[in-house]
Amino acid sequence: LKDFLKNDYRIIAPIRSLVRRFSYFGLVLAAAALMLLGKADIFLVERVSVTITDSLAPILGVLSRPITSAKELGKQLRSLVSLHADNTNLREEKARLLHWQTVARGLDAENKAFRKLLNFKPPPESKFVSARVIGDSSGAFANSLVLNAGSRDGVEKGQAVVTEEGLVGRIYGVGSRSARVLLITDLNSRIPALIESTNTRVILAGNNSARPHLLYPPPGDALSLGGRIVSSGHGGAFPPGLPIGVVALINDGSIEVQPYVMRDRIEYVRVVNFGLMGILRAPDSEARKP
Amino acid sequence: MKPTVWQRLDGLARKITPFGLTFVLVILSVVPLHLPDFQRVGPGLSLMAVCHWAIYRPDLLPPSAVFLIGVIQDSLMGLPIGVSALVFLAVYGMVLSQSRFFSGKPFVIVWFGFALLAAGATLLSWFLVSAFNTTLANPEAALYQYVVTIGTYPLLAWFFLRWQRTYLLLV
Repeated sequence: LKDFLKNDYRIIAPIRSLVRRFSYFGLVLAAAALMLLGKADIFLVERVSVTITDSLAPILGVLSRPITSAKELGKQLRSLVSLHADNTNLREEKARLLHWQTVARGLDAENKAFRKLLNFKPPPESKFVSARVIGDSSGAFANSLVLNAGSRDGVEKGQAVVTEEGLVGRIYGVGSRSARVLLITDLNSRIPALIESTNTRVILAGNNSARPHLLYPPPGDALSLGGRIVSSGHGGAFPPGLPIGVVALINDGSIEVQPYVMRDRIEYVRVVNFGLMGILRAPDSEARKP
Repeated sequence: MKPTVWQRLDGLARKITPFGLTFVLVILSVVPLHLPDFQRVGPGLSLMAVCHWAIYRPDLLPPSAVFLIGVIQDSLMGLPIGVSALVFLAVYGMVLSQSRFFSGKPFVIVWFGFALLAAGATLLSWFLVSAFNTTLANPEAALYQYVVTIGTYPLLAWFFLRWQRTYLLLV
């Protein structure tokens, strides 16, 4: 056996050096080919990406937990300091909200009456999946999050991802136990939106900076600083009225929006199924459903 | 004297640590830290690792491992698959072709070399991502990340050099 191994080595050694020389360029070509393939056939390459993320999700889940807990602890300590002030604020807010509750109840009753008059069919009820953020691409070129919920939890491609503050992004890759969120700040994000005060349609486009900007802004002075931007519901991706952000800067040619959701504060999110046919959903996914 | 099974296993375990450490850094770079503004400008940890091992121990981090690290990073970060792989391989090839520049030089020179390489890598990533999305990516964040990466390199290099002296001297 020893002799065989020696001989074996003698044969293998030159082959190995040859392979090594070519493997480098082979791998460079493979990487370039993967990029081109990803551009041409999104599904196959995306599957690879989703599978890798999915298999590493448990590790990410464990690693992200202590950081979340530490942050939680810090929050608790800080809240202890501001306990008194918080209490006063909350009491004031409670009084204010009680007033709003009365108003909302009145409007609700009124709405119900009108709906009855119009034979209005209510939109399908939305379902939530709560998920923890276990990954955040820290690169300069990608703005996405990894969630610890996937297809087995009912997450599907194209669903909206929100926090209590507003829209975070949408699901664009789903594994069985993880999902990837394309943030509204990402270069590839385009969201049909409305300027709330004037009901003007715009497109909110990410550009990898912290503030997405508005495409196709209305001519004239329909815009003002601090104006609320909400989702418009066009294209069927999101329901209308999800808060997105406020107009933060108007320069000639570019209008920047400061999102309500601060990226570094996102720990838990809700993936929402509004029962809408998302623009991202594959046409056959409806047929596959029971 | 022939090494025993255990010695060989020990050697093997040591040999895969450069890949293991690089892999861990890829994972760590996507763990959310919830620090204000940090996530946008996190240092390119994996780039540093690939660069370091290419300079000091390319025999322990073969091109196939570099490729694999790149693909994993692309998947975890949601980048177009192949971008990091291509950038890392380019850096790797660059280092190996300039190995005379790096060999036996004081750390400051290596740091300078790394700064040049990282600049090339950042430019290449920016170009590839822009080409893939057929729109110009925002260069501001890339520049920021570049500066942070250069600044963090000595720290990681110090750790890796210690690791080499402790575990990789004889393998």
